[in-house]
Amino acid sequence: MNTKAVKEINCELVVVGGGPAGMAAAVAAYEDGLRDILILERDDNLGGILRQCIHNGFGLHRFGEELTGPEYAYRYEKMVRDYGIPFMTDTMVTGISKDRVVTAQNTKEGIFKIRAGAVILAMGCRERPKGALNIAGHRPAGIYTAGTAQKFVNMKGYMPGREVVILGSGDIGLIMARRMTLEGAKVKAVCELMPYSGGLARNIEQCLKDFDIPLMLSHTVVEIHGKDRLTGVTIGKVDENRRPIPETFEYIPCDTLLLSCGLIPENELTKDAGISLDRVTNGAIVDGDRETEIEGVFACGNVLHVHDLVDYVSEEASIAGHAAVRFIRHETSKTVNVQVKADGQIRYTVPQKLTEVAPTRVYFRVADVYRDKKVVVAVGDKVLYEKKKQKLAPGEMETVELTDKMIAEAAELGGVLEFKLV
Amino acid sequence: MKKRELTCIVCPRGCTLVCELDDGGKLISVSGNLCPRGKKYADDECTNPMRVVTSTVRCEDGAVVSCKTSTSIPKSLVLEAMKVINNTKAPATVKIGDVIIKNVLGTGADVIATSNK
Repeated sequence: MNTKAVKEINCELVVVGGGPAGMAAAVAAYEDGLRDILILERDDNLGGILRQCIHNGFGLHRFGEELTGPEYAYRYEKMVRDYGIPFMTDTMVTGISKDRVVTAQNTKEGIFKIRAGAVILAMGCRERPKGALNIAGHRPAGIYTAGTAQKFVNMKGYMPGREVVILGSGDIGLIMARRMTLEGAKVKAVCELMPYSGGLARNIEQCLKDFDIPLMLSHTVVEIHGKDRLTGVTIGKVDENRRPIPETFEYIPCDTLLLSCGLIPENELTKDAGISLDRVTNGAIVDGDRETEIEGVFACGNVLHVHDLVDYVSEEASIAGHAAVRFIRHETSKTVNVQVKADGQIRYTVPQKLTEVAPTRVYFRVADVYRDKKVVVAVGDKVLYEKKKQKLAPGEMETVELTDKMIAEAAELGGVLEFKLV
Repeated sequence: MKKRELTCIVCPRGCTLVCELDDGGKLISVSGNLCPRGKKYADDECTNPMRVVTSTVRCEDGAVVSCKTSTSIPKSLVLEAMKVINNTKAPATVKIGDVIIKNVLGTGADVIATSNK
């Protein structure tokens, strides 16, 4: 192989992904005075998935007003353009090495390599596909992930069908139930395997209840009917072990089945780089700076863990952006090694470890719906923090602010900080 | 006196609002809201529910561009507003914030573009 033909350039900060996380990370780094930045985006414009999320509800935390997805994305795109932060669209990153050499390609440059001072991973996530769901029956046309249908309707102006059943009550599924209804389709049911919805309460209210769309909890699709085009689905109630109960099976004629069954962080590049992933989040294991196992490689946004609000994605991305600049300038002071452990009722925390004595916001999610519980942060028997919560649900991310004092104390008392519900 | 439970849709927190209404359906008190916007929402929801409509509008070149109502409109007019939006053609070139339909259905809200095209 003639390696000389591959162009190599140097860049202080390479950001992989030009969605909300990548743009916010780059903007944060720019605002710290860094100028040698390059954002690499595989789509034809910046903005990521927000471009197709035309509904509103974005930006209440970040901008104090209610924006639609494209408007939120444009706020950041405008900052990137106004600052003159370099970015390449239609550019696919195919590899990241341990010594931070990023391999990318596009039709203009061919394959090229970038020696990066620091790398920020912001590749986002993708939907769990049908193949991962194991539903019996043929594989006719008319079955889409909710996000694919969203792209068809909102970006391309095509309606995927007229009579719809939605499996999974994640936010995209709920949003698409309303969207399809507004465009004249009949959404017959939203089936959710779990006894609770994974979506936000406000979306159940404004997307389902507003249009009298039934939310069938503890229900799943057990069979797909139709050979060339979907003609219907059989749905059924599931028992406590999530096994369908045959007596409850019911046939619903429909021409479209949308799947909203979870999001998976898109970590192929991360894995190839040899970075360990957290088994629960499916994202990299990071410290408070969002730095992964590889020095100078950071991760933020949905590639790190799936967020429910883009506002939190932006916030996390700025943390990574600022930290990357400190890394490039050799300003980091990693002096402690504190593991953050979740008790199981708390499913996971991000970050999973703390290496600096500095105020840190820890995000976490719970495993089930809990009422009147206390969130406790403790080292051994010593409680450092506790807060009562009326209601906790898996669909809603929670946060705890750790002070530098708590982290110093945790480091002194054995280095394991436990997050639990009591 | 009647009680009604609502889920606030103003922000992602989704507070459960417990509303007390008089016999005429007028709101007497709200609890469960973590901010004043929840009270306003409950007030509207019990008397005249309001919604922002977000959709897409077809452009002269056949492509679509995303749009929304500039303020919330009565919920009862949402499907009507969708008809108006779907019977409108926007210019082929649109900038974010451009007014596409003025004062839709006399609600005082404009339909405006939410992305560039």
